[in-house]
Amino acid sequence: MKLSWIRPSLVTIAALMAACAASAAPGASELRFCIGAQPKTFNPLLVDDDASETVRYLTGGVLVRLDRNSQKLLPELATSWTINRDGSAITFVLRENVRFSDGTSFSADDVAYTMQKLMDPNLHSPTGDAFRSREGTVSTKVVGKSRITVTFPGPIVGLDRLFDQVAIMSATSPKKEMAVLGPYYVSENKAGAYLLLDRNPNYWKHDPGGRQLPYIDRVRLDVQQNRDIEALRMSRGEIDFINSLNAESFEALKSKAPQDVLDAGVGLDSEQMWFNQVPASPLPDYKKAWFTSNSFRRAISSSIRRDDLVRVVFKGHAQPAVSFISPANKFWFNQKLQPHAFDSQAALRALNADGFQMQNGTLHDRAGHPVEFSLITNAGNKDRERMAAMIQQDLAAIGIRLNVVTLDFPSLIERITRTFNYEACLLGLVNDDLDPNTQMNIWLSSAENHQWNPGQKTPATPWEAEIDRLMREQASTLDAKKRKQDVDRVQEIVWEQQPFIYLVNKNALSAVSPNLHNVHPAVLRPQIYWNIDQLTLGNEVATAH
Amino acid sequence: MSTLVKCAARTLLVVIIAGFLGATLVRLAPGYGVAEEELDARLNADSVQALRDAHRDRGTIFSFYLRVAQRMLHGDLGFSDAMQEPVRQLIAERFPETLKSVGFGLSLGWAIGLSLAILSVTARSAAVDVGTGLLATLALCTPAAVLALLCVLAQAPGRIVIAATIFPKVFQYGRNLLLKNAALPHVLSAHARGLGRSRIFLRHTVPLAAPQLLAVAGVTVGIAFTTAIPVEALCDMPGIGQLAWKAALARDLELLVILTMIVATVTLVANSTAELLGKAAAHR
Amino acid sequence: MKRARLLAVVFLGLVTVSSVLASVLAPAHYSHQFRDDPDAACSWHHPLGTDDLGRDRFSRLLYGTRVSLFLAPAAALISTILAALIGGIAVFSNKWAEQAVMSVTDLFLSLPWLFLVITIRALLPLNVAPLTSVIITFALLGSLGWAGAARVVCADTRRLCESDFMLHARASGFTGFRLLWRHLLPNLRPVLLAQFWISIPVFILSETNLSILGLGVAEPLPSWGSLLRELEGFSLLSARPWQFASLILLVATVSCFHVAMQSEEA
Repeated sequence: MKLSWIRPSLVTIAALMAACAASAAPGASELRFCIGAQPKTFNPLLVDDDASETVRYLTGGVLVRLDRNSQKLLPELATSWTINRDGSAITFVLRENVRFSDGTSFSADDVAYTMQKLMDPNLHSPTGDAFRSREGTVSTKVVGKSRITVTFPGPIVGLDRLFDQVAIMSATSPKKEMAVLGPYYVSENKAGAYLLLDRNPNYWKHDPGGRQLPYIDRVRLDVQQNRDIEALRMSRGEIDFINSLNAESFEALKSKAPQDVLDAGVGLDSEQMWFNQVPASPLPDYKKAWFTSNSFRRAISSSIRRDDLVRVVFKGHAQPAVSFISPANKFWFNQKLQPHAFDSQAALRALNADGFQMQNGTLHDRAGHPVEFSLITNAGNKDRERMAAMIQQDLAAIGIRLNVVTLDFPSLIERITRTFNYEACLLGLVNDDLDPNTQMNIWLSSAENHQWNPGQKTPATPWEAEIDRLMREQASTLDAKKRKQDVDRVQEIVWEQQPFIYLVNKNALSAVSPNLHNVHPAVLRPQIYWNIDQLTLGNEVATAH
Repeated sequence: MSTLVKCAARTLLVVIIAGFLGATLVRLAPGYGVAEEELDARLNADSVQALRDAHRDRGTIFSFYLRVAQRMLHGDLGFSDAMQEPVRQLIAERFPETLKSVGFGLSLGWAIGLSLAILSVTARSAAVDVGTGLLATLALCTPAAVLALLCVLAQAPGRIVIAATIFPKVFQYGRNLLLKNAALPHVLSAHARGLGRSRIFLRHTVPLAAPQLLAVAGVTVGIAFTTAIPVEALCDMPGIGQLAWKAALARDLELLVILTMIVATVTLVANSTAELLGKAAAHR
Repeated sequence: MKRARLLAVVFLGLVTVSSVLASVLAPAHYSHQFRDDPDAACSWHHPLGTDDLGRDRFSRLLYGTRVSLFLAPAAALISTILAALIGGIAVFSNKWAEQAVMSVTDLFLSLPWLFLVITIRALLPLNVAPLTSVIITFALLGSLGWAGAARVVCADTRRLCESDFMLHARASGFTGFRLLWRHLLPNLRPVLLAQFWISIPVFILSETNLSILGLGVAEPLPSWGSLLRELEGFSLLSARPWQFASLILLVATVSCFHVAMQSEEA
């Protein structure tokens, strides 16, 4: 009786030893990098934040995968696929003998289940919304275990590419979304501190030599909100890569270890400012008149030294922006367009022609109001705060007083989406997709993200009506040439009217430890680990190649 | 006993009011009820509207608080919108980390502060006195946030900052107290009778200072706790300080109400304990 | 000790005079951007180098000192006065009122005041001048930061009221305002001064933290708080030690305040 505690104790000790042995398996390789926050969800259908997106990419199995370098679609869980003539249905032939991480079999029923869940109108999934071109239901037709046809209510441009974002869920696994088909599965989650992803023992992919992928046994994602600390940890060798760096950290790391940093050239993201053109905003009428004037917007645009922004704020790791499509997007970018050149004299002439006059170094409008406005941006983003300070000095040169106001994000969002109590705003656009169709919710005048004047019942200006027409037209045809013509024209209108004053396109900057091999940095997200199952660490390089 | 009951009743009342006022402040702040995801260009109008509806106000602040109170009585602390986790689970995950930081900071801060105070009083050297005083002044004048940044740079644990905040206060208070006690008549007469310095210090000076130092200990618990919030946020330590910062930025009402109540409870309990101990010391 | 006090006072004097004469001593205006020379090292033209936008760091430090050296003590003064008033009321009123005042103090210590600051900022017009905005911010900080000091003042006032010399004073016929003015306040002065000096770095740093939330000093106006934000660029600090200038000046100035104050008390 006295020894009754011995058995449970021995069992506990044995369990602990086994756990220790498992966690420190000899030779186990661990890839370490940082995520900016705790993932909000592990449900791949509800992903809407960067951290959850990272986990989905590392754990989710998809039917097709976009090769981030060649920008071509590669077969994954689907060995082949065909799209019908009008682009409203897609048929996949699925890989056989594939299992989820928990051992459950994968079949066409899982794809059907995932699509039904994804397209549930009550789910409001951002991934699902990308498939919604018109009202109606989505149907699935399963033929045997390995063939499925998904039919949408209308044609969808770039339909197959959208499946790069759809991680297939198991219809039958008791582990629900935690049963995955990707290279890793979530094995431990210490809230706010780290996530451990272990190698999926049932991952279907093998290298040409027959070795099961991925090569790296474990991925450790450290939750690290502070980007400066992340750079510091990189310089100390505590993490293996930084997927996206700001120019300042890039230069700092470069000065210490030039071989560790990579500039993949201009990326897809842009930084832009815009004026509030909402008719119902609480701004005085004379300011509304300034902001809706094309001459005024163009004059402001011409007064900004974009080259200085690139050189000073981004240390040369950016390009003056032209339009909503980055020059990195070679097919869709309109090559005829050039960035707006700095010309303060031309800007002043245009303003004079519009009734503005310079008096004692201050610009006044026709009614004698001094030209002064505020520019809001999100606090804590150093690059934007610096850009705003530089624009402030540029505009002072033409007699305009700019007040820079930094606001925390919720306050800023409230102003630009609810109260419209702001004058100008400086923000960036994060672009994950090459196809401009994904920007429909920005360019349609009725859209909520048509920032300068959202949710219009009818287009407020003829040029917005023209953009509406062109964007709808390009979304309704599968003819790439016709689509390109339409999108080129939209870029020209945006360049002329400047509802968004595009400032810079940032370069895709990253840092990679020399210990990590087989890295092929790309401008598309996730820049460094898009081929995660091919990456190797340290001496494993010999076996991988 | 009745003092303790009164104290507990007062603490409970203030904590309840703190929770309500905290909720009111968050509810009235700009940016309440908006979600960052609204700017996601992939979302269509219906989904944006659904997001807005999900974050829209949940009745008046009174009805919200009543619901929170009712739920709390059943042991349910609510659900965090920003973290997508039950509040109870979040607190259970994060609180031990903060407790560890506070425990470490308090222990180290008190050890350094008292050691330096004793050294300063017993060494009878101007150099030691100036040196220890200067160290304490520097720690007192360097902002906790800057100390946290320096800790990150030096790869030192952020908990040291809590110790650095505590030690100058313990040092200054302890030193003054020991000096004051050393000048008391019975201590002087012990000196006159030729008793050893260390014996006088241990037998007469320290026992007199102990109850008052105990009262200060209560106050330092509160200080350690409030210092932990910015330190955890700056050093990315997964405690409730970091959680509070994130909840504040996301206007996470349910989580903030509970966090406010926790901070209020700790502050009140620490202050009340210090007060009671101080009174007990005064009676002695 | 006298020498230390003298040195501290001279240092404080020098800092105050140089900040007042910033427009004469500064090599450039605090907002001027030398865009061909960002992140420059120390030189004759830029004694403390330039910041990431090419602004002369020495000039910004001088002007920033002017902002912080006058506004942080102003906020500290507001909070100390409020602490003295509230702490005094607590002791001089009856037991019930004292409990109530102390409960309000505890409440003040535990509420998330950040949201009040955010709300006030939202109520201000966006086109308000940077100086006005920073004055309002410091005034708000001062009027919210009294609670900790009030507890200390209250405890000390209670101790003084029960002390022998106060009993003597009462016995000698001193009452009301005369008792307060002639006996209590002079004896409370060291505590109030200590609270005042301790609050100064707290307010400077509160302003820094607020600027991270966009509620601090607006561009291009500098302050010690905004200059300290440069320290966040960890990866670059080792290469640019002159970025520590603002921190060294802050610590040195507040330490000198302490030395001057302690000597005065002694």
